[in-house]
Amino acid sequence: MKKIGVYICHCGGNISEVVDVKKVVAFAEKEADVALVRDHEHMCSETGQKLVMDDIAGHKLDKVVIAACSPQFQGPTFKATLEKAGLSPYVLEMANIREQCAWPHFDFPAEATEKAQGLARIAIAKARLDEPLTKKTFPIGKRVLVVGAGVAGIQASLDLADAGFDVHLVESKPSIGGKMLQLSRTFPTEDCAACILSPKMADVGANPNIHLWAYSEIEDIQGYLGNYKVTVRKKPTYVDPDKCTCCGECVDACPVAVPKELDEGLSTRKAIYLASPIAVPHSYVIDDKTCLGIFPLACGKCQDVCDPGAIDFDVYPESITFTVDTIVVGTGYEIFDATQKKVYGFGKYENVITALDMERMIVYASEGNPMRPMGKKIAFIQCVGSRDEQVKNEYCSRICCMYAVKLSQLVKRSDPKRDVYVFYTDLRAYGKGFEEYYKRGQAEGVKYIRGRPAELIEDPRTKKITLKVEDTLTRDIIESEFDLVVLSVGLRPHPGTERIANLLRLAKSPDGFLQEAHPKFRPVDTLTDGVFLAGTVQGPKDIPDTVAQASAASSRAIRLMNRGEYDVDPVMAFVHEASCDGCGLCVGQCPTNAISLASRGSNAGPSLSGKVAEINEALCKGCGSCIASCPKDALDLHCYTNDQLAEEIRAALAAKKGGDVRVLVFADDMTGYRLADNVGTAKMPYALDSRIIRVPSCCRITPKLMLQAFALGADGILLCESEAKSNPYPHSVSTIKSNLAKVKGILENEKIHRDRVRLVEFVTVMLGGFVKNINELSNFVRKLGPLSAEESGRLGQDMDKKLFG
Amino acid sequence: MIKKIAITSENVDFLEKISKLSDQVITKCDQCGTCSGSCPMVGEMDITPAQLMRMVLLGQEEVMDSKAMWICASCFACTVRCPRGLDVSRVAEALRQITLRQAVDHIDLNDIPDCEMKRLPQIALVSAGRKFTG
Amino acid sequence: MSPAKNDPRQKSKDSPETSPFSPGLKIPYFPGCTLKTTAKNFETSALAVAELLGIELVELPRWNCCGTVTSLTSDDLIHHVAPVRNLVRVEEMNDNGAVDEETRLVALCTMCFNVLKRSNLRVLEKPEELEKINNFMYLEKDYQGKVQVVHFLELLRDLGFAKVKEKVQKTLRGLKVAPYYGCLLLRPKEIGIDDPEDPTILSELLEALGAEPINNPFKTRCCGSYQTVRDRHAVAELTYDILGRARKEGAELVITSCPLCMFNLADRQKEVVEKHPGFEPMPVLYFTQLMALAFGLEENACGFDQNYVDARPLLKGKALIK
Repeated sequence: MKKIGVYICHCGGNISEVVDVKKVVAFAEKEADVALVRDHEHMCSETGQKLVMDDIAGHKLDKVVIAACSPQFQGPTFKATLEKAGLSPYVLEMANIREQCAWPHFDFPAEATEKAQGLARIAIAKARLDEPLTKKTFPIGKRVLVVGAGVAGIQASLDLADAGFDVHLVESKPSIGGKMLQLSRTFPTEDCAACILSPKMADVGANPNIHLWAYSEIEDIQGYLGNYKVTVRKKPTYVDPDKCTCCGECVDACPVAVPKELDEGLSTRKAIYLASPIAVPHSYVIDDKTCLGIFPLACGKCQDVCDPGAIDFDVYPESITFTVDTIVVGTGYEIFDATQKKVYGFGKYENVITALDMERMIVYASEGNPMRPMGKKIAFIQCVGSRDEQVKNEYCSRICCMYAVKLSQLVKRSDPKRDVYVFYTDLRAYGKGFEEYYKRGQAEGVKYIRGRPAELIEDPRTKKITLKVEDTLTRDIIESEFDLVVLSVGLRPHPGTERIANLLRLAKSPDGFLQEAHPKFRPVDTLTDGVFLAGTVQGPKDIPDTVAQASAASSRAIRLMNRGEYDVDPVMAFVHEASCDGCGLCVGQCPTNAISLASRGSNAGPSLSGKVAEINEALCKGCGSCIASCPKDALDLHCYTNDQLAEEIRAALAAKKGGDVRVLVFADDMTGYRLADNVGTAKMPYALDSRIIRVPSCCRITPKLMLQAFALGADGILLCESEAKSNPYPHSVSTIKSNLAKVKGILENEKIHRDRVRLVEFVTVMLGGFVKNINELSNFVRKLGPLSAEESGRLGQDMDKKLFG
Repeated sequence: MIKKIAITSENVDFLEKISKLSDQVITKCDQCGTCSGSCPMVGEMDITPAQLMRMVLLGQEEVMDSKAMWICASCFACTVRCPRGLDVSRVAEALRQITLRQAVDHIDLNDIPDCEMKRLPQIALVSAGRKFTG
Repeated sequence: MSPAKNDPRQKSKDSPETSPFSPGLKIPYFPGCTLKTTAKNFETSALAVAELLGIELVELPRWNCCGTVTSLTSDDLIHHVAPVRNLVRVEEMNDNGAVDEETRLVALCTMCFNVLKRSNLRVLEKPEELEKINNFMYLEKDYQGKVQVVHFLELLRDLGFAKVKEKVQKTLRGLKVAPYYGCLLLRPKEIGIDDPEDPTILSELLEALGAEPINNPFKTRCCGSYQTVRDRHAVAELTYDILGRARKEGAELVITSCPLCMFNLADRQKEVVEKHPGFEPMPVLYFTQLMALAFGLEENACGFDQNYVDARPLLKGKALIK
């Protein structure tokens, strides 16, 4: 039935300068079931879209194929176009002839045109079997978990609570406020950090929609969007905040003194303490790790002197579970451990400190209560723990230049006789008011020397620090003594982030911070539905950027929850009941326990137990992991059915000429396909004899499909999948590996090289890795030679027997 | 005297030659100066290690006239500290080898006075011979 | 903070071990040229203390000069032939039973250690280069890539300094010793046996011997190496700084593991004094000489008479020798 409309986009030259669009049009016109073929300069523009809509109405098209950019780019646009025209968005197929054709193969127009025709053939083949499905809708509530109560968590909580959502804010420290609580002043305006944060903290404490779990840890999170079951472990404080009058007698009575966290260990606190003068909750806490002993009670002096009787030792950690719909992760950062940079002697030399130490020292000094003398000659060293392959932190920590600009002028201004130097490699004053603030510091006499100090040496008697550095602008070697050296330490993800990332399967960027779903268009989303990032957990940034991101994350969460329901693509498993014999092999394969055995309704069909497999669509995530386990071909996946994949594979191999090789690449949505797009966008060329087929996850590619692919003429198969630990489908990589093992075993038995089929796990930034792997496989199979007709024939025989015995 | 330089294709060739011989991506050097600050011999040199890297990056063959590469002791302090992971000692070696491979030795063992020859252990003579002769 | 993947200390722990130090462990040993002549006391003292520790250092038959500085260019293979030929000897020793399944090669001279290990790693990383070298040395058996080059200090660390301490007859109490590591024991990172900025292995050894290790911030600064041939005064300045700082930190003695460092730090004190008349001579010993002293061995095992700056007056003053 000729009802498919095919559209070839020029993309303003991006495609047409390489691919001969007319030839692709001519090709498509000859394809079966194609009603019409058009080309257009910009398919995604209003006129382009109108063209499609008019044709759908005028020609009663029931399927649409658009050969243009990546479906991950304008897919949503064209899906909306179809919906406006009254068609299901799921009868749209896109042939990626830009990111995966014209762009990477820019130097080979003839081959690129041929490949574009091939990609069109594949898309048309898939479209023929598309079903007019509709979105699935599920209910969602108004409950949010915010992890971490630094400035990011505080801002996100307030935005959500004020918008009428219920917030559970979990913070591991006794007080909220995070690192900002430790700062003296903030750049570039020199606002007092604690002063501007304190009212926000008080708001959090007072907001009826925010349930604050301070001094608590996340123990576990299970579930999914709309149904996250969170278990929080509340640590006992041993002090009842309702009875406590904050008189402080307990502190005087306590015999234990330990380093004070707020002051980076530069001062002490007692085992019973108030975390900060502006702590929220404003409540004393007994740190049972440093207290002399609670069970059994070793001391108890604090309780003796407590008049209101607020201290109670008979309390225990509690585990509480609640359910939320979405999650905002704001677990923040820790500073680089400067002891790792051994050349600077931090931890050994008393006059080498970190910038955070300096913040505390300035706070105390400005209160007229200096912690220690700062001396007259002070040096700041930039990029400590950043931009440094030797400590394996290649990235720039973004804020250190500006905080050094700030600290250096604060200490200079507090004593103009001081001689203050900043040793930098680049001075990054990129933000609003930054350059002006930097100039002010220079005008006030802070000296900036361009050079990265190689080593610091302490004079054993005076404890002064000699610093050796090349002034790269004058080519002098400066060897000079300083009273105090301040290390501008970089930022690392907070250690608490690792747990949350594992619980929620959040991907990490190569720098170790949590990865956003898309670097440009989804900077606060993650690839886990309903989980958002805010603040330095996603990467180093300053306070205004953190606050902006926190508000952005709240807005994204509200967007999901506000309608009371959310939509999901119908990419879900389904059962061909006529083929299912109720063996139940699939049940244990599903990572979200979406498959169960139910009593057979009607329909004849073989059944061992009177039961048949049933899919719970609320739980099914559409990975396709179950399909390979079914010996009866009874399991299938909507939008990527077994038949569709077989047709795509057939189409991909159709134009293979004698002597050519063809490498089939299956790329998963989350990473593989995205990575292929990134490679094309970066105009990095790769083997022309490859064809990429998109799948939700490569676990969808069953051993049978792989054998079918070889039988139809594939000479090599490459599975490109997200690496296991950040793969949104748990088990997918292990499923793929077991599928692969089966296929390799069969290849070996048939005396065919087992390395013709390979798996590579990726993260989206591994552009070079993608190119290398495709090229390697292509070269490999070219050297081996294409599979002979006899060999591929053999592979296609008795597949079920070979796979299931 | 301030120098004026132009950058021609010969300069680019020189950079490529040294990059290949040293197996280092010299364009990654961002002139932080850590190598110079770490070098124990920098006080004797006429140009600093970072300056040497800069001249090689710009393909300036005059770097061959400088003494710095011959004063290098191959101690690898620069290597273990370069924040960009560059091995500066290998760049110095490549520069030395350009001269040495043209059969132009940097020392003549015959020039060493007898009293020194009596003192020097073989390890010193062998290593100096390896570094300074072709 | 867990150790980094390339932490040399971890590498040594993972090295293939037979029963590590059953009495009479026989292990192939590469002496190098200088240990047979001007640094004979290094070898003598090392062999003696090794024997006491149950280690028999079996000298490599027909060993050749290692070439003592590794070739740093990407295309040079000829200068890796000599080191690889020595590695072939180790495999031969295993084949003909001179040692029993022992593919480690111990070096004492740090420069030899560095060169041998560098060449070994290079050919292991680039099998096509190994093939070329093997083809070139057509009269030799092919190098199979089985050897692991270790420094004598790594052997001691694997044994455990507690075991070293057990053998101490005469605790070196009151002796303030500054370890000097130099370059090639620690750099580059893939070759080094300890952290290049903050090594501790020699301090641990000194503590086991009962001496007081003194930290010298210049302990990893190069001694000038082969520059001693070209410009001995530049080397003398380095020596002046290194030893001067050691003295300032309170050291009375410096130990080293390399004959070239020894020459530059000890013999070149002659040039130091020429330029800085007030310079107080600093005795420099090989670490094995101190071990020999602590193990109670005879003076000819310690080899003090071969050192340029005589350490004996100091040691007598500490009642460590008569």
